[in-house]
Amino acid sequence: MTIAFEPSTSAAPPRRKVVDSRNLGDRIFRRGVTAGALTSFVVLSFIAALLFFRGFEIFRAFGLDFITTSTWDAADGTIENATFGVAAMIVGSIVTAVIAMVVAFPFVVSSALFLEFYVTPKLKFVLVSVLDLMAAIPSIIYGLWGYLVLMPHAAGWAASINKYLGWIPIFSVDVENFDASPFVSGLVLALMILPIAMSVTREVYSRAPLDQIQAAYALGGSRWGAIRAVVLPFGRSGLVGGMLLGLGRALGETIAVLLTLNLVFEVKFQVLASAGGSVASLIASRIGEATPLELKALMAAGLVLFVLTLLVNFGASSIVARAERRVR
Amino acid sequence: METNQNRQVDGVIPATSMAEPATAGGSQSSTLDERMVTMSGLQTKGIHAWFGDHHVLEDVSLDFPANTVTGLIGPSGCGKSTFLRMLNRMHEFIPSASMAGEVFLDGEEIYAPDVDVAAIRLRVGMVFQKPNPFPSMTIAENVLAGTKLANIKVKDKDSLLEECLTRAGLWKEVKDRLKLSGASLSGGQQQRLCIARALAVKPTVLLMDEPCSALDPGSTLKIEDTIHELSDLITVVIVTHNMQQAARVSDYCAFFLSDGHPGRVIEADRTDIVFTSPQDQRTADYVQGRFG
Repeated sequence: MTIAFEPSTSAAPPRRKVVDSRNLGDRIFRRGVTAGALTSFVVLSFIAALLFFRGFEIFRAFGLDFITTSTWDAADGTIENATFGVAAMIVGSIVTAVIAMVVAFPFVVSSALFLEFYVTPKLKFVLVSVLDLMAAIPSIIYGLWGYLVLMPHAAGWAASINKYLGWIPIFSVDVENFDASPFVSGLVLALMILPIAMSVTREVYSRAPLDQIQAAYALGGSRWGAIRAVVLPFGRSGLVGGMLLGLGRALGETIAVLLTLNLVFEVKFQVLASAGGSVASLIASRIGEATPLELKALMAAGLVLFVLTLLVNFGASSIVARAERRVR
Repeated sequence: METNQNRQVDGVIPATSMAEPATAGGSQSSTLDERMVTMSGLQTKGIHAWFGDHHVLEDVSLDFPANTVTGLIGPSGCGKSTFLRMLNRMHEFIPSASMAGEVFLDGEEIYAPDVDVAAIRLRVGMVFQKPNPFPSMTIAENVLAGTKLANIKVKDKDSLLEECLTRAGLWKEVKDRLKLSGASLSGGQQQRLCIARALAVKPTVLLMDEPCSALDPGSTLKIEDTIHELSDLITVVIVTHNMQQAARVSDYCAFFLSDGHPGRVIEADRTDIVFTSPQDQRTADYVQGRFG
């Protein structure tokens, strides 16, 4: 047999198409999952569209002022006399959420490391169940606890912080009332975001490559040494992703913040003072007695919150996804 | 040495056959002479190992004279990797693992209750089957990682870096890119980086668990050259499935076999004897590739 290596003279044949499965069950299943997946996108965009069209009049009337000024006055219910601006609420939402992150961070890292590297499997199972339960507690319960139990104590702590660290601008206060401050809300929120942030972090830590951990031990490293050399660098993006998921929850939290924060329409960075803001709590507190015009303004505020949390969650999931890609 | 008086018929390198290894001219520095004391090297006495109720290793007594290379050979599942990991207590990471017997490092029992495991692992380094450099660190940081982990103060980091990479046979290839990630190297280079990393904490013994099984033949030869040079200064114990490799690199060889029982040492002797005139038929069959 001989094989000719001369170049082919005929034209290349047409390429063949990949044919889809003709199996009926397969096609039905495919339609089913496609419909399911699309539904969530459609619902999400309906919500965004609703908020946008209901709030459209507000955006048209106030433009950027809506998110850069801090007056909330429905006046006589006509758009000519009313003023709406949520800057204080946006800033307040971010301030309380950041306090929650700062407070939660050391607990997230230490509890994730503790559960992954320092407890027996049995105890770990119990503790993880308890932490999952923490995530399932309704936020009104956190709010009540924060209002009735935490706030009296936290106000005392805040007074001490103010006494000794008051020369730092964010710890100063104009009026010595430490109740219902962003600090108190932030503590409650820290507790609420702990389970989600910790479970994501723990998951990533648990995938730290065993061969590298063993290499650290084989070099005479302690357990802390192995964690520092291998687990923490490996889990960094998981930790960031987990914290951002927590941030998303903290930004959107309504009822617990409503109970523990005094809403004031003034942009302030005094975290210990009894004045703060929260977009979500603003909506919840006003919606019962809102005039039709104010309702539109609340819808517009809802859209602002929606975009803010969407951005944070999107950032979080892309960071976590990048961490998971690196694992594979 | 009491370890030699109590030895059994099977499984001990006869003390008389322990020829002093040829010293490599003037290349040895004076600091190494301290290690040439009488109880230097590594001895094991009556080692048993279990995973849960499963008895995997039975009564292994072996001597690893200082500055020699010993190959541990035998079919898969015969317990040789487990045995290797018991020499620096790395098997303790498997929760169900337990052991009996004694391991002496330069005359000191490493399982004694007051012994610091981390200190033992500083003196008995390990190179794993799969290259495992720390990907978050640069090449230089990888080499010095052990000194950092163990809080060892290094006066001249650059010279330690160069010394370890040179001994691992990697210096020429990486000297211009020490700031690059350790993960950017090829598999064979990564494994030599791991050898350099293990050497940086100045161990007296280096354990190697099939260090070349994931590598191409070229890298394998380079690592074998490295092992040859290392044995001028330290004691090497290497697990290998490659008979030619065992014959090429080792001074002594121990043949492990489980054969339905817990793993035991069938024969241990100078490598040339194990390969050319083994006492046991099973050893002869194995080294000639008739089973395993």
